[in-house]
Amino acid sequence: MGVGQPVEAKTLGSGFVTTSLDKLVNWSRASSMWPLTFGLACCAIEMMATGAARFDLDRMGILFRASPRQADVIIIAGTVTKKMVPVIKTVYEQMPEPKYVIAMGACASSGGIFDTYSTVQGVDEFLPVDVYIPGCPPRPEGLLYGLMKLQDKIRAERNTFGAAIGVGDVIQNKA
Amino acid sequence: MSDQAIVKKLKAKFSSEILDVVEFRGETTVTVKKEQIVDICTLMRDDLGFNLLCDLCGVDYMGRSPRFMVVYNLYNITTKKRIRIKAPVEEKNASIDTVSTVWGTANWHERECWDLMGIKFNNHPDLRRILMPADWEGHPLRKDYPVQGPDREPYQGRLS
Repeated sequence: MGVGQPVEAKTLGSGFVTTSLDKLVNWSRASSMWPLTFGLACCAIEMMATGAARFDLDRMGILFRASPRQADVIIIAGTVTKKMVPVIKTVYEQMPEPKYVIAMGACASSGGIFDTYSTVQGVDEFLPVDVYIPGCPPRPEGLLYGLMKLQDKIRAERNTFGAAIGVGDVIQNKA
Repeated sequence: MSDQAIVKKLKAKFSSEILDVVEFRGETTVTVKKEQIVDICTLMRDDLGFNLLCDLCGVDYMGRSPRFMVVYNLYNITTKKRIRIKAPVEEKNASIDTVSTVWGTANWHERECWDLMGIKFNNHPDLRRILMPADWEGHPLRKDYPVQGPDREPYQGRLS
């Protein structure tokens, strides 16, 4: 499948695995990215299609959660109006760390065709976006590719778990 | 009752209030002065049976005087008749009396009109913004409102 690469590990008999903490943590995080059930416009229809039987996000461990308290990823699927900003901010702040943001589609990435007084010109004006997905709306394949890019990004993280429990700092990857 | 008969009844009671009557493609539009709009609407509802206010909206004829027009699209559910009433509103002290006492649905329509056009509705029970955020400044559907918002440089074509 190529979805979740197995952890590089050597076994010592039965019941023992040796690996690095980063690889174990990143593997588990990338294999269970739970997005928030949160749609704003037509992109949300494609997001639902991606979650449904034909494309089936569940097979990648991506299950939509109805509460931000249980979500790891927020997919900004649609046009963000200025009136919606405080709502999105609140929901994002309710998500536990580590948390990731996907800007799905032209509107969430840049405002899209709505170059107007009422529309936010890209959700990165107030959220730290990890992956931008182009398209209006992106096809399910596009969203899947974006989610896989986020998995790649999570797998490349170094010492984020250690930093969270107070052991050292996050090691930044050189881009 | 035909449109002509409706207009005739309206004229009989408010002859000095009616500015213009236009019929176009079977649609009748009556333009009236704004001062007695509540009485006119009450007559339309009670005596002529227009028991549904389909829509209430504002129009900005920038450059013309008076600048604004408030439009009432009425419907008689029993006879399936439609009629349109318009009332001009000047730019200075842009206000007109509320008809939310005549049709309850006018409450939110008038809030929208106030929010986007900046036309005040006197005696309205709850004249707050309805679509834009509560702390928004300005009325975005006015023709002189910059389409990309007041805090951005105006659109200069493809290069902006």
